[in-house]
Amino acid sequence: MDIDPLMLSRIQFAFTISFHILFPAFTIGLANWIMVLEGLWLRTGRDVYRRLSEFWTKIFAISFGMGVVSGIVMSYQFGTNWSRWSDITGNVLGPLIQYEVITAFFLEAAFLGILLFGRDKVPRGMHFFAALMVAMGTIISSFWILSSNSWLHTPAGFEIRDGRFFVTSWWEVVFNPSFPYRLAHMVTAAFLTTSFVIAGISAWYMLKGRFPEYTRINYPMAMGMIVVLAPLQILLGDLHGLKTMEMQPAKIAAMEGHWEGGAGAPLILFALPDMAAEENHYEIGIPYLSSLILTHELDGVVPGLKEFAPEDRPYMPIVFWTFRIMVGIGFLMLFVGAAYAFLRWRGRAFETRWLHWLSVAMTPAGFVAIIAGWFTTEIGRQPWMVQGLVRTADGVTPSLTAGGALTSLVTFMVTYALIFTAGTYYILRLLQLGPQPHRGETTKNARLDTGRPKRPLSATDEAIEPAE
Amino acid sequence: MEWWQDLTLIWTGIVAFAIVMYVLMDGFDLGLGILFPFAGRHEDRDVMMNSVAPVWDFNETWLILGGAGLFAAFPLAYAVILPALYLPLLAMLIALIFRGVAFEFRFKAKSSRYLWDASFHFGSLVATFAQGMALGAFIQGFTVENRSYVGGMFDWFSLFSLFTGVALVLGYALLGCGWLIWRTEGTLQAWAYKLSKPLFLGVIGFISLVSVWTPLANETIAARWFTWPNILYLSPVPILTVGLGLLFWRAINNRREVQPFLLSMGLFLLSFAGLAVSLWPNVIPPDISIWDAASPPETQEFLLVGMAFLIPTIVIYTIYSYYVFRGKITEDAGYH
Ligand code: HDD
Ligand code: HEM
Ligand code: HEM
Repeated sequence: MDIDPLMLSRIQFAFTISFHILFPAFTIGLANWIMVLEGLWLRTGRDVYRRLSEFWTKIFAISFGMGVVSGIVMSYQFGTNWSRWSDITGNVLGPLIQYEVITAFFLEAAFLGILLFGRDKVPRGMHFFAALMVAMGTIISSFWILSSNSWLHTPAGFEIRDGRFFVTSWWEVVFNPSFPYRLAHMVTAAFLTTSFVIAGISAWYMLKGRFPEYTRINYPMAMGMIVVLAPLQILLGDLHGLKTMEMQPAKIAAMEGHWEGGAGAPLILFALPDMAAEENHYEIGIPYLSSLILTHELDGVVPGLKEFAPEDRPYMPIVFWTFRIMVGIGFLMLFVGAAYAFLRWRGRAFETRWLHWLSVAMTPAGFVAIIAGWFTTEIGRQPWMVQGLVRTADGVTPSLTAGGALTSLVTFMVTYALIFTAGTYYILRLLQLGPQPHRGETTKNARLDTGRPKRPLSATDEAIEPAE
Repeated sequence: MEWWQDLTLIWTGIVAFAIVMYVLMDGFDLGLGILFPFAGRHEDRDVMMNSVAPVWDFNETWLILGGAGLFAAFPLAYAVILPALYLPLLAMLIALIFRGVAFEFRFKAKSSRYLWDASFHFGSLVATFAQGMALGAFIQGFTVENRSYVGGMFDWFSLFSLFTGVALVLGYALLGCGWLIWRTEGTLQAWAYKLSKPLFLGVIGFISLVSVWTPLANETIAARWFTWPNILYLSPVPILTVGLGLLFWRAINNRREVQPFLLSMGLFLLSFAGLAVSLWPNVIPPDISIWDAASPPETQEFLLVGMAFLIPTIVIYTIYSYYVFRGKITEDAGYH
């Protein structure tokens, strides 16, 4: 592995997008959750919903802010580090990204201001509408960006002239073969991630005996989502994998750890794949199971990595292990959901402490699974930037020097480490404080008197750090 | 072919619109960040930040629209200009990160608040300066071969680009000043009035210098401006600039509240128009035209359909959200 601009740009891309995706992974789910709370408040008028919504909105504000700034980096990075790729695919992907900006980002940004700061300035219905628009914006954003990403995996609807892509059918470009699966799998992943965070925090409060009136609402709602979504996600993942086998067999071979492929292949549970020797060390597998999962037949034929020329193979060790991490977490999530459903049925869901400890431990599970899933997907696509058509090495910016690439990589790492630490610190402080009784409603009359809410500057707000 | 050429013109208009919107909207809130530490009182700084907290994200979205618009409508320009400006763009992105998170973190912090104050100020300053240098480098042009930038990592650095960097810092500070005059009252507003005159003179000085320097350094641009009859058609640009300047001065003297902001925006628009005249029809100076860099008609059409509905919708949101947060921002009752 040379430290050349290509390698550095790859590391930088992987690092910055992995950082970025942590925030959408959480904000997609959280925006929808806040929208539901606002809706409940509007319908029932029960104060507890509003307080909950205000609490989660503060946390949302911090992670949304970090999602935005890290996202802007992404949209410039295509040009700065992957300029050949931008020129080659711009005719196809440019519009999809542009549509994301005009349909999603503006919607989110405009209504975010109202959601965060406008509660006393707009009618209640309008405030709910703002929450709805922000939530919709996150889903629309996922739609476009995942469509463009999926096109890199399963390109469709184009022709190549003079080495560049030209579109023949927009419908086929947008709804390319892997897109529906990826969209469903990713959005479900985001909802699961948020549900585990909410469940984990509620469980923590329960263990500490804090805020019983809130956790009574939060915990069952989050767990209910998990009960439904965890099995659904496994089903979606299975369908996704079947499509991948059809479109990107080399990736499937790497995920499954198969060198030879063929009929009746085992499901490998543990192995240390060795790229040079073209074999696995310490392999443990269950006979026939891989064929059964991938073809639904005991002696179905599955791909093996040796069927592909050495220069066309993805790096198996990473793909193999990240895939196992994701699937392992998927089954753990299923277990948590099942345990909750069972205990709830026996009426003990609020008393069983081991379930609460387990929920706390699973708080970060979704994030880990999402990063692992993306690593599987993206590294499994290598060495291609556009599957089978453009190599990653041909996409990099020709004028970029190693010094330049190293400078940017190090700068991003330092910056992200700093703001990530600060962001996490402030989120943890907010969590420690917990939901606060709000001051808004009580001052309604006071407001009528002065024409303005007499409240301290705050929403994302009052200082949460101890004063010196 | 002809339809496509017109389409490309429309797209040039759209990308130019996005860039102008960005410069005007984010310009004033970056300007606020530049002025930030100079405001005397702690409470004034709270007000400054509160005055843009609900809209800064929206303003910055225009920057993404500009970038994405270039990628979609002029992929070649995106693929040449961004690598050429690798380091200034890096500086800009990092600065925007520090500045953006400051909005969320500052009000949560107490003992560490000064850190986020610094992050907001230096973030705004560096982002602006980097944008200004990028602008200077853009005017000077890029070396292109085979659809790729082939110059070095530091080609953007020159006396001229340093100069445009400083000019933009002053320009954004002026916009920020106009915003403060409009949206605040009391000591803060008085301070902004006081600041506006020297800032304004500085900006005018830089605009004149750049206007002289650009044609001196570049024959094509000189030929464009100083040949008959162009000189006649183009004369309104400098004449209007002078007129605007006089109006601005009067508005400050008469303590007008909205006019200074609008007039400083006008100044930006005129400078932009001047720039467009100098560079037309190139999207990658010195010699790659908008038609050379444009994406094919099927791409432009596909996007235009959506833009036709969405750009007006976005303008409506903009007006609505500024309307919701209208009025003077005061100390005791800020937003939230
Ligand atoms: C629209 C495009 C797009 C989207 C939405 C994503 N990617 Fe990607 N990814 C690329 C477009 C791309 C790329 C431009 O095609 C890269 C850059 C370098 C490369 O080889 O492919 C890439 C590479 C790449 C690599 C490095 C692979 C390697 O070089 O070995 C990783 C780890 C990820 N991506 C991870 C992610 C994650 C965590 C994403 C979640 C948001 C993600 N990608 C979304
Ligand atoms: C390489 C690909 C990506 C690019 C270029 C990119 C670009 C961006 C940009 C520019 C923003 C800031 C928008 C704003 O100002 O509001 C953003 C935010 C966002 N992105 Fe990404 N993004 C990428 C990957 C993804 C993926 C894969 C998803 C989700 C499935 C996603 C979902 C979101 C969402 C929901 C936001 C809103 C802000 C937030 O929730 O934090 N993005 N992205
Ligand atoms: C046990 C069940 C699961 C199975 C069988 C499964 C299957 C898959 C497969 C086959 C891919 C790669 C598709 C491709 O690259 O073509 C994938 C990707 C991915 N998975 Fe999973 N998955 C499971 C659980 C999860 C869970 C629990 C999460 C997160 C909460 C998750 C998040 C992701 C993400 C973010 C990606 C990358 C985006 C994509 O390609 O959709 N997965 N999954």
